[in-house]
Amino acid sequence: MDAFRQHTGLVAPLDRANVDTDAIIPKQFLKSIKRSGFGPNLFDEWRYLDQGEPGMDNSRRPLNPNFVLNQERYRGASILLARKNFGCGSSREHAPWALQQFGFKAIIAPSFADIFFNNCYKNGLLPIALGEMEVDHLFNVTAANPGFQLHVDLERQVVDIPGGESYRFDIEGFRKQCLVNGWDEIGLTLRHVDKIRAYEAARAAKEPWLF
Amino acid sequence: MPQTLYDKLWNAHKVHEEPDGTALVYIDRHLVHEVTSPQAFEGLEINGRTPWRLKSIVATADHNVPTTSRREGIADPVSRLQVETLDKNIAKFGVADYYGMNDARQGIVHVIGPEQGATLPGMTVVCGDSHTSTHGAFAALAFGIGTSEVEHVMATQCLNAKKMKSMLIRIEGRTGKGVTAKDIVLAVIGRIGTAGGTGYAIEFAGSAIRALSMEGRMTVCNMAIEAGARSGLVAVDEKTIDYVKGRPFAPKGADFDRAAAYWRTLVSDAGATFDRVVDIDAATLEPQVTWGTSPEMVTGIHGTVPRPEQEQDPVKRAAIERALEYMGLNAGMKVADIRIDKVFIGSCTNSRIEDLRAAAGVLKGRRLADNVKLALVVPGSGLVKRQAEAEGLDKVFVAAGFEWREPGCSMCLGMNDDRLSPGERCASTSNRNFEGRQGAGGRTHLVSPEMAAAAAIAGRFADVRDVL
Ligand code: SF4
Repeated sequence: MDAFRQHTGLVAPLDRANVDTDAIIPKQFLKSIKRSGFGPNLFDEWRYLDQGEPGMDNSRRPLNPNFVLNQERYRGASILLARKNFGCGSSREHAPWALQQFGFKAIIAPSFADIFFNNCYKNGLLPIALGEMEVDHLFNVTAANPGFQLHVDLERQVVDIPGGESYRFDIEGFRKQCLVNGWDEIGLTLRHVDKIRAYEAARAAKEPWLF
Repeated sequence: MPQTLYDKLWNAHKVHEEPDGTALVYIDRHLVHEVTSPQAFEGLEINGRTPWRLKSIVATADHNVPTTSRREGIADPVSRLQVETLDKNIAKFGVADYYGMNDARQGIVHVIGPEQGATLPGMTVVCGDSHTSTHGAFAALAFGIGTSEVEHVMATQCLNAKKMKSMLIRIEGRTGKGVTAKDIVLAVIGRIGTAGGTGYAIEFAGSAIRALSMEGRMTVCNMAIEAGARSGLVAVDEKTIDYVKGRPFAPKGADFDRAAAYWRTLVSDAGATFDRVVDIDAATLEPQVTWGTSPEMVTGIHGTVPRPEQEQDPVKRAAIERALEYMGLNAGMKVADIRIDKVFIGSCTNSRIEDLRAAAGVLKGRRLADNVKLALVVPGSGLVKRQAEAEGLDKVFVAAGFEWREPGCSMCLGMNDDRLSPGERCASTSNRNFEGRQGAGGRTHLVSPEMAAAAAIAGRFADVRDVL
């Protein structure tokens, strides 16, 4: 996994609550057995005017001009601003894959669904939960200032607004360490092989039918 | 100190703890399906790793399989490749417990786990699928995971997790006739919202939950995720133990008695404290129908579609406006005036034998309304299908004008050919009414199997209590 320490980037606002994983990446694209190639189908039903299917040449499909990510001023955005309960619905990790492969590095929202939130960390995509008022303010300044950028500093746990305030965010210590260092979580867990074996032996003595 | 059921399950599976409280949690059962596993198997291979405990894995193909005849295999080459990839990975890594597309026991992963006794009380159960919460009905700590975590469990038999907060949802009293487990859980979601359970493990308790069968409890826990909670739980009682007894993966003989003695301790202790408690009076509940594009957009059958102007919160108001537009509904209209085009009885929420019996009970001697173009019954597993056929339920459905299909996820999400066309409206027993969930532009209304049957007959939403 790539390490994440700091990032500065253009902000795109997606002004909807409860954006679900079916909207982030529709199910027909989940048939892929690969881990890459999901970016062009991020928000497929909102982004294009026709119906997307796997294998299409996405560069030739008609874009929906009203969808925010299709607007010129948000081209190249790498920070997504969203409303509450972002990423609700299914456990598909294709959702963070699609966001990341589109070019997003961080998502800011008042709250996230649990499984999505968790999946982001496994891919070096940083979900940042800020207060509802703070997010509201960011929506306003993003709308008012074309080219509006934010600076995210994971080590300091802050989002810096250019020439102004900084918003602090929480992150669990273990997750932060993994992200800042770009650690392979499986490798980390395998340091505890002896503990896992000992645990299994104890359980097998108590509940032999499980093993 | 008195412990909650969740505390007990958590403590029993902790292998190691980091300074910030992140724990390494041991996983007893790993359910696998074709959609969220290929990249995990690939990851293992690339890194030269092998599954830690093959016996923990139970796998099936459910999302992409056709529900019509399977003799010709899967027509869509992309779907076919995904199922074949699972077949190959199972063979390559040597997983023994695989219920492939042509196995008589194949079915939706959350139906066959309990059916085979692969889900047992006291276990930790994971699957690369959010509706893994279903298995919490057996007092198992069960939750959905992403593909990276699927790989992590395969490689280490463990997951890193932080303990969640605990919520008790207590539903006391008796539900009226025609009010089912589905109505209970939809009403809960309507009450606490789709994010109400975020960060929590929810224990469902109270006399109305005790009165439910295991199938009903699975329906309730299945939709805990629709309230935002990764895990739903119901304490063990004699119904739990009776259900498990004699199933292929269940312990046998003296082991069973030993296991049952342990399982009976899997209840929240008197005086255990929860971070949040919600009380619901079962007697006040009506059959529920969702009107919008989020499961929290729900009301009783005698309710009306909301008027956005009456909502104060601007974000919610915008969501209502957008939902009404997508759903093609007028503000203030009666739910009972919404006409439907299709009916879907199936999904891991409502495709077990009891669900099919209940729907067939309503349909017996009746016919689909003329405006209903297609009505599907998709049993949750091959064994449910066989049981239903032995009881003659298939004949009731077919006589009523339904199509009787092969088991799988089907039109719950339309990864196979069972889909809604743009603008079509469906009475569905599934769990998600998101935009495009059952097909691009499709409009989903979530209901119980009984209510789906009543809608099929009336051609619009109708109170099943008037038919019963
Ligand atoms: S039936 Fe629907 S919700 Fe259940 S596992 Fe299948 S696709 Fe997911």
